[in-house]
Amino acid sequence: MGAYVIRRLAYGVVVVFGVLFLLFVLFFTVTEPDDIARKALGDKAPPEVLETWKKNHGYDRELWPWQDWSDNLLFDHYRKMLTFDFGLSDADDSPIIDRIRAGMGPSLSLTIPLLVLGLFVSIPLSLLVAFFRETYIDRMGVFLCVLAMSVSALLYIIGAQFLIGKVLRWYPISGFDTDLLMLPRFLALPVMVGLASGIGGDVRFYRTVFLEESSRDFVRTARAKGASEPRIMIRHVLRNALIPVLTQVVLAIPFLFMGSILMESFFGIPGLGSMTVDAIHANDFSTLRTMVYIGSLLFILGQVATDLSYGLVDPRVRFE
Amino acid sequence: MTTLEPYVWSNLVAGVLLLAFLGLARLVRGQRLWREAMGELWGRRRLAILVVALYTLIALLDSVAWKGGVPDGTVGVLPGAPLTLIDRLFLDTQEASYSAPFADIEFYGGNPLRIPGAHPFGTDILGRDVLYMSLKGARVALLIGGLTSLIAIPLALFFGVGAGYFGGRFDDFVFFLISTLASMPGILLLIALIMAMGRGTLSVCIALAVTGWVGFCRISRAETLKLRELDYITAARALGVSELRIVYRHILPNLAHLIVITFVLMFSGLVLSEAVLSWLGIGVDGSWGQMIDGARDELSREPIIWWNIGAAGSVLFVLILAVNAVGDAVRDVLDPRTLRGGK
Repeated sequence: MGAYVIRRLAYGVVVVFGVLFLLFVLFFTVTEPDDIARKALGDKAPPEVLETWKKNHGYDRELWPWQDWSDNLLFDHYRKMLTFDFGLSDADDSPIIDRIRAGMGPSLSLTIPLLVLGLFVSIPLSLLVAFFRETYIDRMGVFLCVLAMSVSALLYIIGAQFLIGKVLRWYPISGFDTDLLMLPRFLALPVMVGLASGIGGDVRFYRTVFLEESSRDFVRTARAKGASEPRIMIRHVLRNALIPVLTQVVLAIPFLFMGSILMESFFGIPGLGSMTVDAIHANDFSTLRTMVYIGSLLFILGQVATDLSYGLVDPRVRFE
Repeated sequence: MTTLEPYVWSNLVAGVLLLAFLGLARLVRGQRLWREAMGELWGRRRLAILVVALYTLIALLDSVAWKGGVPDGTVGVLPGAPLTLIDRLFLDTQEASYSAPFADIEFYGGNPLRIPGAHPFGTDILGRDVLYMSLKGARVALLIGGLTSLIAIPLALFFGVGAGYFGGRFDDFVFFLISTLASMPGILLLIALIMAMGRGTLSVCIALAVTGWVGFCRISRAETLKLRELDYITAARALGVSELRIVYRHILPNLAHLIVITFVLMFSGLVLSEAVLSWLGIGVDGSWGQMIDGARDELSREPIIWWNIGAAGSVLFVLILAVNAVGDAVRDVLDPRTLRGGK
């Protein structure tokens, strides 16, 4: 087990280095510091202003370490990212780390309820659909899933804002409040939209997992010894399907991020997602770079954690 | 070499696509396996296939363009600009501002329309016909799905088959590449790529391809690993057939069904992703995503303008639904391992 943990952690670190290299290629060589400076200051800015700006933002160095090992952008990029020293925003010179600290809470207050509620809704539903396999209920369920998957997330958001927020006036159209009593009112609509846009794909996927599991031998044995169908579904199928379900949850984390990028800025939640959208509109490359890095880092951590917990649960994984 | 104008390119591409389609049809008819699979597919999803074919036809009609044939001074047409068949169908339909579907007068202001009752989907704020814009979007959607797949699938095959067949260092490298790309959240990687390369159709397609090829690379690598061990490959190697020829003659044809499945299943995801990107301001010009984005604020007008977003949303929804339906059937028909019809 110890060797497995070390190997897995080491590979995680290697992947982080790979991600950082890709980010370097994209944000320093494809878009050069000169381009970034010109986008931040405008085309007409005099050269000396550009130079000062580059100096303030730490862009005034050689790109590659060929000439100077201690003073180049590549190593600087690695050092800063790995020590979480994200520097200043390219757009308004504010420290990025402060905005990340402020944005973390609102983001989590949206994505955590969404993830938990999503599991509580889609797993029972897919168990139900899998329970009625090869009947009209099953076919209808799958058809509804495909229907729900075919609607663009944009339409879910706009539709819900229009119908629930504007016509029915149940919940505010957008906004955010740090007051714990008011917060659920603001989060209700984005959470509902997130559930609606994710449910089709989730139910369909979990249904496949459950069906695969229910064609196993131990299910046949359980049926032969006279266990009731609901008991088979919950005790034998659901429990054994938890590993693929767990994988799917970790895989869903970036999609949660994607969903929250859209929803945060639509619903005016001041989290990391809206920060990313603002950075796109403002050509704020340093913030974008940081956001991609943080998103990837979280995802890698999630993957490593899942793999380690597999290793803990299932000894076969360790010896692969 | 003289440079070709974009519209000539577009004509060429339409022609090449038509020829490729005919060639593929011949190939399918020539092989019993594929012919039967296609027959079964047609039997199962007739309506969805017809819908996709209709969208493709519209996109092709919108790709064939030529200059001239339009009197100077026609509203909304630059003199000397090439126009497609769809453009020509909707020549001179521009109104002054909003009108509701089939209306005779302008929505706000109440002035009579130039062409009363002729806008089945209404017009937008600039008076452009919404049906016309929705039809134009078909070409953009198919371009996004098609061009992206054309970049992503060969890339995935090259790395996947190479890694699976040759193994060793190359396999380690590909595995590292895949895990690196797969550990960046898709939307963030897309944003990073498009921001770094600059906005535009090509960079959107490249970005979608770079984020999208990973899944298929995994599948083709795993499948190649399995195929490599089969007896007929060993036999071919024993007979002295060269490695590249084995890949070309014995591995690739056995991946063909996976290529088709991936192409169809990937397509709807790509078009939906583009809609999200459009909303972020980094999408492709003229797409349905941009129409939806542009029409978002119009729902807050009083009385509301609903037909813009309704039209764009519906055409997008119908295409995605049809492609998803075809995709599921394609997978069931071509991949014997999937659970057929939910068994």
